[in-house]
Amino acid sequence: MALSLELVELTKVFQSDRGEESVEVIAPLNCRVEKGRFVSIVGPSGCGKTTLLRLIAGLDKASAGKIVLDGKVVTQRDERVGLVFQEFALFPWRTTIENIEMGLEIKRVPEKKRREAALDYIRAFGLSGFENKYPKELSGGMKQRVAIARTLIMNPEVVLMDEPFGALDSQTRNDLQRFLLDVWSRRGDTILFVTHNVDEAVFLSDRILVLSKRPTRILAGFEVDMPRPRDRTGTDSNRIRKAILRLLAEPGTP
Amino acid sequence: MKWKRALPPLCLIVIWQGLSSLGLIPSFKLPSPREVLWGLLDLSVVGMPPGRLLHDHILHSLYRVFSGYGAAAVIAIPLGIAMGWSRRLRDAFEPIVEIIRPIPPLAWIPIAILWFGIGNRSAAFIIFLGAFFPILLNTISGVVSIDRILIEAARTLNASSRDIFLKVLLPGSVPSIMTGLRIGIGIGWMTLVAAEFTGVRQGYGLGYMIMTARDIQRADEILAGMLVIGAIGLAIDVSLQFVERRLIQWR
Repeated sequence: MALSLELVELTKVFQSDRGEESVEVIAPLNCRVEKGRFVSIVGPSGCGKTTLLRLIAGLDKASAGKIVLDGKVVTQRDERVGLVFQEFALFPWRTTIENIEMGLEIKRVPEKKRREAALDYIRAFGLSGFENKYPKELSGGMKQRVAIARTLIMNPEVVLMDEPFGALDSQTRNDLQRFLLDVWSRRGDTILFVTHNVDEAVFLSDRILVLSKRPTRILAGFEVDMPRPRDRTGTDSNRIRKAILRLLAEPGTP
Repeated sequence: MKWKRALPPLCLIVIWQGLSSLGLIPSFKLPSPREVLWGLLDLSVVGMPPGRLLHDHILHSLYRVFSGYGAAAVIAIPLGIAMGWSRRLRDAFEPIVEIIRPIPPLAWIPIAILWFGIGNRSAAFIIFLGAFFPILLNTISGVVSIDRILIEAARTLNASSRDIFLKVLLPGSVPSIMTGLRIGIGIGWMTLVAAEFTGVRQGYGLGYMIMTARDIQRADEILAGMLVIGAIGLAIDVSLQFVERRLIQWR
């Protein structure tokens, strides 16, 4: 299967201001994400999951190692990588449709064309009737749907999601998980999804990577070979969940 | 309920008129409201000095204020965004700003006359100085307070520095810029009268008008002129508030 993303010995060291102390946040890390797969990353909080996504998104620079995107080594921010933030990060002065259009506007897509594209997403994402509302007028779940639409409209090679449902109540979270799977099953994006919620990872992903505490490395990878829609409390789900939770709870885990 | 807010000033005017009618306030020091109204009429139809009518004074003053103010906005807003964005630029300019800012605009009058002579340009320059710093400082703080995550979100949508400037920093700091513009015009308008001591070669301007009225002891026209200055200041602020509400509906 073709690779969308490959991380080779990727390392991040944070230097203190005076450069005397350095903290290794991400230990040399290797990982391969095949095209069209839904891969989740779980790990203890503060383990550098967000840092990892920021490196791939080109918001921070790696200290060493390579990021290979669709066969090519990436050295700076690559426009084929999209990122969805936990905090939604919608532009508050832009309406729903203007937020979704932002990337196309930056790409200088003609106004009529980008408006049509944005309207397609508004319909498909259940945002009809809210196209001219400002973010402050939207619920949390709607805001995140706008943010996801804003990212997907760019058709990125890899979609990074940084705990996208972490700020939502559990009902909305469940709804959005099903919604995301629905969208993904139609589009076949490559998704790298960070969460600290093991249930969420088991419900969503093809593959789950379990990260260690700092310096972050991959403890284990689990293939989740279950048909969708999945039963959140089924035996198979429980078995994988147990295995992951045991790994995360191990006192010896560095 | 709004009419209730007009009640205290109305009471004050009634008491003032009463005391004047009873002869308790000498009219050459403080003319009665009725006399001030007549003074206003005199200014409008006879003029002060005679032939130079109120509306011409108003137009000249507005022209001076808005040319100084416009220049201040055009320079201070882009500079403020750049300073808010770039730490290095901020470090470079802040000490200069901190030295110049505490100098009262009116203290610049002598040097302004030396540079620009007596005339509109001197007056506009004084108003420029009064309006410049509040606009600059508010713009800087507006940019600094923009959530960094919005800039990162724009970067993940492949925004260039120019896109970030135009599509994130500028719209995101509009609320603070509007605050700066309102404070700036307030100060600009306040310095007007004094600034017109230098800018009256044309013989027009509200400041010039009330100084002339003082020369011939027309307290009624001085007060009427002051009220006009206050009313125009209020009208400008109300219109800017209107624009502000329009621009920041998203808040």
